[in-house]
Amino acid sequence: MAETDWNPWRRLLALPNESRTKTIVVAFLVSAVCAVLVSGATVMLRPIQTANRAAEEQARIGDLVRGIPGMAALLETSGGTLSTVVVDLETGRAAQDVTSETLETALADQANWTALGAGVDIAGLGQRPNFAQVFLLRDSDGISLVLLPVTGQGYGGRMDAILALHGDMNTIAGIAITQHSETPGLGGRIEDRSWQQSFPGTLIRDDSGAVRFNVARGAATTEYEVDGITGASRTGGGVTRMMQFWLGPDGYGPLLDAIGRGEF
Amino acid sequence: MTARTAFWTTLTDPLIRQNPVTLQILGICSALAVTTSLATALTMSVSLTVVLTLAAGVISTIRRHIPDTIRLIVQIVIVASLVIVIDQILQAYFAQISRALSVYVGLITTNCLVLGRTEAYARYHPPLPSMVDAFGNGLGYSLVLIVIGAIRELFGRGQLFGHQVLPLADAGGWFTPLSLMLLAPSAFFLLGGLVWAVRSVRTEQVEPPEHTPPLRQEAAE
Repeated sequence: MAETDWNPWRRLLALPNESRTKTIVVAFLVSAVCAVLVSGATVMLRPIQTANRAAEEQARIGDLVRGIPGMAALLETSGGTLSTVVVDLETGRAAQDVTSETLETALADQANWTALGAGVDIAGLGQRPNFAQVFLLRDSDGISLVLLPVTGQGYGGRMDAILALHGDMNTIAGIAITQHSETPGLGGRIEDRSWQQSFPGTLIRDDSGAVRFNVARGAATTEYEVDGITGASRTGGGVTRMMQFWLGPDGYGPLLDAIGRGEF
Repeated sequence: MTARTAFWTTLTDPLIRQNPVTLQILGICSALAVTTSLATALTMSVSLTVVLTLAAGVISTIRRHIPDTIRLIVQIVIVASLVIVIDQILQAYFAQISRALSVYVGLITTNCLVLGRTEAYARYHPPLPSMVDAFGNGLGYSLVLIVIGAIRELFGRGQLFGHQVLPLADAGGWFTPLSLMLLAPSAFFLLGGLVWAVRSVRTEQVEPPEHTPPLRQEAAE
């Protein structure tokens, strides 16, 4: 080349591909352009994605409510709206600095979990989150329905359920088992509508405030019992312990008391 | 005129004659995973075709300036960035389908088909032919996915695009769904059947046998 080209871009392109300078510069340029592209797309599309996630969450709750026997009719007659609240299980009040959006991040932090001692850990959980997301249905005179996610240990593994309570916080409105690994045909029948239909109307606590709810061995005899499933006494026991834990003082007890006092 | 025919061959060759999936057996993993329904198969096809075409265009534009030592890294970085952008767009505008596709959109990055085309074609050709070739290969991949997706959804659920086509026995019709069609093995069977069908028509695609079976059976011990 007779004259030196002073344009650095053209000089770069003219370098042989094997040159170290060109290798590094090309690598840098490619990464820089790609980084801008990816960050740009992520930042610009984030609001839409967040909106999508919220809508999906709402749809899932809607499905769940419709899945509970009699709930759809209840929703229609009460005409209320379902609201989502993250509660602090310790105090039974709405959590101050945790919202539905940040709940997942908060629960990833081990500091937001409470280890359960052998005496209180009747549901076999080992530990319990300090925050839980519950759903409240309000109508003109306060809360008419509350949906509580509960979890416990069954015979085959973890069971997840959503429990619906009427406004008096003592009468079960329904239950939906969302996840379980019980023996199909035996304990697995907890997901049958026919079994779940024995829940509505059952009472939880007696006058002294102690949780009396349990799954009977055989047919229910008291108003605190639901029918047991033949051949699935371990599963029934698991459901009993799950309910006793979550409705007791270490579970949603403080929340139920707070709602009962009209603090929500 | 010759240029146009050349483009046309580049575009149509990968549809059946040089189909990347049935002839080169590339991109199988995603072809198996996302074909349980037609909608996911179609979304995956479109995403892959877009990524493939854009990647081929970009790589072919800078093909003379990619240092050989970091060639693969540069190509993968470009492909990966495009895939992330597509994934973000799907999550924003097609949230439901994006959930059904889960990790497989992200795995387009490692789809052998994409790197195969950029490495084998885009690196040596100008942008336009490269993009035509990439688009043709994307279409070839899409064709296989859509055929398999349609068969699996039709016989597995009696539906096409979520619409009931065959009346189910449960709902008073006559069709009992084959649940096997929704499981991974059926995709293997269908893909194998498809390869066999294509190769029995186009015998030039048949590979020479890699070994000759022994003439007589050894006695089993």
